[in-house]
Amino acid sequence: MSASKRSTIIVEHLRRQQMWDLIAVGKRLQGRTIDEMRPLEVELNVIKKANGSAKVKLGDTEVVAGIKVETGEPFEGLENKGALIISAEVLPIASPHVEPGPPDEDTIELARVVDRGIRESEMIDLDKLVLVPGKVVYTIFVDCSIINTDGNLLDATSYAVVSALLSCKLPIFEIQDGKVVDTGKTRDPPLTTIPVSITQVRIGNAILLDPTAEEEACMDARITITTNSESSYAATQKGYTGSFTIDQIKKAAEIARIKGEQVRAKLQELTNKNG
Amino acid sequence: MSQTRSLIDKQGKRTDGRTVGQLREVKISVGVVKNADGSAYIEFGKNKIIVAVYGPREVHPKHMAQPDRCVLRCRYHMSPFSTDTRKNPAPSRREVEISKVMREALEPALMLEDYPRAAIDVYVEVLQADGGSRCAGISAASVALADAGINMRDLVAACAAGKVDDKIVLDINDTEDKEGGADMPVAYMPHLDEVTLLQLDGVLTRDQFNQCFDTAVEGCKMVYEIQKQALMQKYFGNETEVKEEIQ
Repeated sequence: MSASKRSTIIVEHLRRQQMWDLIAVGKRLQGRTIDEMRPLEVELNVIKKANGSAKVKLGDTEVVAGIKVETGEPFEGLENKGALIISAEVLPIASPHVEPGPPDEDTIELARVVDRGIRESEMIDLDKLVLVPGKVVYTIFVDCSIINTDGNLLDATSYAVVSALLSCKLPIFEIQDGKVVDTGKTRDPPLTTIPVSITQVRIGNAILLDPTAEEEACMDARITITTNSESSYAATQKGYTGSFTIDQIKKAAEIARIKGEQVRAKLQELTNKNG
Repeated sequence: MSQTRSLIDKQGKRTDGRTVGQLREVKISVGVVKNADGSAYIEFGKNKIIVAVYGPREVHPKHMAQPDRCVLRCRYHMSPFSTDTRKNPAPSRREVEISKVMREALEPALMLEDYPRAAIDVYVEVLQADGGSRCAGISAASVALADAGINMRDLVAACAAGKVDDKIVLDINDTEDKEGGADMPVAYMPHLDEVTLLQLDGVLTRDQFNQCFDTAVEGCKMVYEIQKQALMQKYFGNETEVKEEIQ
């Protein structure tokens, strides 16, 4: 059951006031402007045992994504498509407010929204991941571990998944005598586009890009918009308990296109350099 | 989502005979659950959803109570028989997410600060699902909350729009959701002109995005009229003419 809850991070009144005063002139507590993202760092192939992996730092938010490729039965109703499973876990090491246990609704939302961006943009062409139609397909697990939280987990996790997929080497499986055999060879996965998720939050009348944990504790509403390489929209999720006006949403959608292009160029540059 | 067959015929009719800008038939009745403080039943096309509201009432467990405001709790649940293949009655990840977005869609309309230390529980039970159940659920829930006499700033009306055969259509049904190109559920407070829920899956260009969003908001306004009529019907009997003063 979904229940409204207390924010886990306490922001003192004085600091809150300081934040509002700065936002009124387009600035923020860490010296950024309201439409500026934190520095993005991407390190590829950090996990040698995975088929693809990436560690992404967005400011102090840190996420590791790892890909494991196996074979299995296709999903019901999607018999001629490979299976893609994206999960996320906020580890208890990530902040003093996290407790071990089954995922709470925020974590479920996180994994589902990240999954939606990758899946709906059709970043991976799942039609090309079938071994025996209706029986055996590639199953791609992308698991994300959040190891430090400082806001905007949605974007950081999404960038980690995208980077891991860009660095992924797909093992080549073959069917021999009715059995699945790993040939030991690898190939690039069939990627079609690079989805980029851009999260913005509303604090009062201001819209801020890439919020920190402190800013998220003060936000009224949140919106995450994912665009693909053609700058079309692929997924959207409004979050948190406040609302947006129609104008604010249309503006946020435009900003998501513009910033999305910049982040996409950056991700491409970072993954080419390390990959 | 890649589309395999045409879902709009040459006459511009959709799989269920509607035009692109047409809403499915929507019926709302108020006060259908006797024990509840407020309730509503909605038929949104083939969707059949019953919503009951309990509260404001004491919070259990007590540590959830908040000194300055009311706790809103929301549960979206699909009955095992509501779908083509039986749905496991245990809450799925999808239902957990929908419960969350539903609560966040309703909360901006409620004056929760009027009921400190209390809880309001909203139970949404999908008896039959036909695509767009979260929108139908939100629309019915806000009527049920009004029926419970909760102080509200506005009703929340919800409706989806989507892309089918590369055309933007209002209120997509189950078939269009599964085979069509994109689905965008929107919840909107018409009186305050604020959007409280916006989701999208599927690819839309910039123009399509704006058109789809505007279409969904128009749909919400249509649903809003039906919600008002339903409340008028319950509280003023047959004098169902919605007076302008209410605005």
